[in-house]
Amino acid sequence: MAVKVKIPVPLQRLTQGKEEVEGDAGTIISLINNLDQKYPGLGERISEAGKLRRFVNVYVNEEDVRFLKNEETIVKDGDEISIVPAIAGGIHRNA
Amino acid sequence: MGFVHGLKCRECGREYPVDPIYVCEFCFGPLEVVYDYEGIKKVLAKERIASRPHNLWRYKELLPIDGEPTSGLNSGFTPLVKANKLAKIVGVKELYIKDDTVTHPTLSFKDRVVAVALSKAREFGFDTVACASTGNLAHSVSAHGAADGFKRFIFIPASLEKSKIVASLVYEPNLIAVDGNYDDVNRLCSEVANKYRWAFVNINIRPFYAEGSKTQGYEIAEQLGWKAPDAVVVPSASGSLLTKIWKSFKEMKQIGLIDKLNTRVFSAQATGCSPIVTAIKAGVDVIKPVKPDTIAKSLAIGNPADGFYATRVVKESGGFGEDVSDQEIIDAIKLLARTEGIFAETAGGVTLASAIKLIKGGYIKQDDLTVLCITGNGLKTKEAIMGQTGEPYHIKPNLKSFEEVLKKINEK
Repeated sequence: MAVKVKIPVPLQRLTQGKEEVEGDAGTIISLINNLDQKYPGLGERISEAGKLRRFVNVYVNEEDVRFLKNEETIVKDGDEISIVPAIAGGIHRNA
Repeated sequence: MGFVHGLKCRECGREYPVDPIYVCEFCFGPLEVVYDYEGIKKVLAKERIASRPHNLWRYKELLPIDGEPTSGLNSGFTPLVKANKLAKIVGVKELYIKDDTVTHPTLSFKDRVVAVALSKAREFGFDTVACASTGNLAHSVSAHGAADGFKRFIFIPASLEKSKIVASLVYEPNLIAVDGNYDDVNRLCSEVANKYRWAFVNINIRPFYAEGSKTQGYEIAEQLGWKAPDAVVVPSASGSLLTKIWKSFKEMKQIGLIDKLNTRVFSAQATGCSPIVTAIKAGVDVIKPVKPDTIAKSLAIGNPADGFYATRVVKESGGFGEDVSDQEIIDAIKLLARTEGIFAETAGGVTLASAIKLIKGGYIKQDDLTVLCITGNGLKTKEAIMGQTGEPYHIKPNLKSFEEVLKKINEK
């Protein structure tokens, strides 16, 4: 069993269209770095210099990690991670 | 005209062309309008502004439109009232009320942002305007949209005060009352905005819309004789108004309309919904969302979009924040009415009550030239003070009956 990670629509292009991927137990930041190995480019969209980006919310079992231990929050197998942009999607004129 | 370079992410700095977009595609940060201040400085002198009509478009070079404005041509330039009686009571030498209770046409500062949003929506070629609102914005989009000939979809929390609902319906928009609080309405509107090609003033037009709030700051400085105040107290819902008033002062300094800027910016919230002030008091910039529970419904945003930036402005300027109870809000509404003859909505009560605490706490000093931003009219939220005012004297239609009452009044 691994950690389940839900990927928001704007980032699914980087996960070959997958809505959910599997990650490794450990800290949130190590999980993100490991995912970046598998899905290059994912890491820099979610974090910068080892810190979560301000307008990306990360939830562990529906709890915002900002109220846990931020990027150092420990996740274990079976946990569910959601990555959610704080402001949902933009609109383009021609969209 | 047209001094806008483009849009820029406030977080990672990536640049975008002028479009109805509001989120950075890369890091999801909010987008902000970038201006050519050197160009503006060359054309916008005090005399030029002073020669123009008394509305918010007298600062049009500092607003994000390309052509001439098409909306809100009578909005803005509200009175800056010198509040001498109130100043004595609260304990500062010089106190002013920026009185947006009389903004044309819907009696709140939202007429400023909507004037800009709808002018921009016209430039983008939209035929439908929409918003998520706690009330004041709903009125303003309904009214301006009617005058400007837009189709209108207005989303409000179903629990809003009846008087606020009627004040939207009279303009005959499509009014959608959503079961849920403002944050629920906002979330729904993000989904609707992604699906329909409408100008949601506070979603996909937000970078432009929010700039309209700067006009309150420009006016304060112009009305003080081209200087910024020492202290300004701003009610905070999303936190946007506070950040834009600060931005307006900085821009005026940059282009030489004011000489110096020593303003401290203070945030005012209701205790029942104070995520920004809680962060300020704790000295952190992480905003913990709350479930609002306050009579100040126009400020009841539990997850404020600009909360982080508001805390940063407060810190940068050396200000602070205060929060106040529902009873303190009501007492302040009544105090403002009986001293200065201004009937503010609940947000105005929040601002004055918070200012009183900030003065008592020594955060605002006795000799600080202080401005209170009063952003909406009390006639919109009469329910909030029902049963909290005095009663009329009931008499028979004859002189004797009147004089009996008069005697009692004189004995009081």
